[in-house]
Amino acid sequence: MKRHTLLAAILTMAATTLNADVIAPSDVVMNEYGDISESLTGEGGNPERGIEVMTDRGLGNCIACHQVTALEEFQFHGEVGPSLDGVGSRWDAAALRGIVVNAKNAFPDSVMPSFYRVDGFIRPGDGYTGRAIEGPISPILSAQDVEDIVAYLQTLTD
Amino acid sequence: MVTIKKNRLGLMGGAAVAALAFAGTAMADIGDNESLVVNGEIEMVIETDPPEHLQGVFDRIYSGWVFRSDETQAMQADDFENPGMIFADQAREAFDTVMGSEGNSCATCHENPESLADVRSTYPVWDEEHGTVQTVELQVNECMTERMGAEPYGYDSQEMRNMSALISSVGRGRIINVAMDGPAQETWEQGREIYYTRYGLLELSCANCHEQNYGNNIRADHLSQGQINAFPAYRLRNAQLNSVHGRFRGCIRDTRAETFAVGSPEFVALELYVATRGNGLTVEGPSIRN
Repeated sequence: MKRHTLLAAILTMAATTLNADVIAPSDVVMNEYGDISESLTGEGGNPERGIEVMTDRGLGNCIACHQVTALEEFQFHGEVGPSLDGVGSRWDAAALRGIVVNAKNAFPDSVMPSFYRVDGFIRPGDGYTGRAIEGPISPILSAQDVEDIVAYLQTLTD
Repeated sequence: MVTIKKNRLGLMGGAAVAALAFAGTAMADIGDNESLVVNGEIEMVIETDPPEHLQGVFDRIYSGWVFRSDETQAMQADDFENPGMIFADQAREAFDTVMGSEGNSCATCHENPESLADVRSTYPVWDEEHGTVQTVELQVNECMTERMGAEPYGYDSQEMRNMSALISSVGRGRIINVAMDGPAQETWEQGREIYYTRYGLLELSCANCHEQNYGNNIRADHLSQGQINAFPAYRLRNAQLNSVHGRFRGCIRDTRAETFAVGSPEFVALELYVATRGNGLTVEGPSIRN
């Protein structure tokens, strides 16, 4: 389960923008525990870019709720969810992917948003405008974003 | 893709106020035996036992004041330091000004603002005549249109927020005692349902943050219990008075949801419900918040 090189990851990113192999949110297959064994892009993610997705307020903003010691250079880690230190030892890629995609499968009462889902929302809005969304809903994160987060989380081992 | 919208996120966060909010988390731990006495004379209840309907949910209820930094707390303790009082004073002028076709001002019926000292602590309240729950803002507009023959204020307009601040200010220190039974019960239950509904793409309810996670940080924000006893609130973030419904709208917007409108039946119901979650605290508006 070694990570890809940066070059391979960049090539992956370039490829997935056009890649028909990306699994759409409605086609994601989970097992009974909420695990998703198949990469949403068909490739491994880029852990370096995963850091950006996890810390950017306009992307995953994972540290809004989760403390991560390895990301201390980024300010203001939240306390709403559990610390992510060591998650790469506690969960495998399929479980991590399942939680990022839709944590409510593994943890039904979780406060955590579902980052790769497009239906079942109550009064979905158009970004942060407060207005109703017009047309189809895009997931909060792209398939590539999710894979990059999963790749980074796997580096957080005890 | 760097836009103002992006910066707004976390759930609420903005870099500009991050330092302030962080200071709040470091210095304003819950239950550290602080007290709030405004102008050295108005004693506030900043924490108390929960109302009966919240027993088993909260051990204690807390004013949002508890969660703020020492500097922010101090601003609210002195009217000369509280910018919200400037707006309340502006409404004093409006209070005495004749508006509309009937030749009346607010003072025609209500001798002075102080005669309304019991209003804020009991609103929203069931209005028998209209068969609906009235907020302070709706009541003001009822007076304007039905007694004064004047144009109503916009629900979230500057004039209305000023008047709301004045009506709160004269009631400061009164114990919140908003009725949830009798004819208001149906509206109250509607508000409770809204409170626990997970809206928007982020699927967050009021309760997810303000019941399950008060006292925790969400990015740079220190989550309070979401009490509304201290509204309208002068927010350092936007340097203006903020109404209850304006704050509701902002929170729901930040869940990436289609909000309800200020003054809507949904927000009136939510205000009634949330107000009763603060029964036992004191009227603090206009307060100072992040």
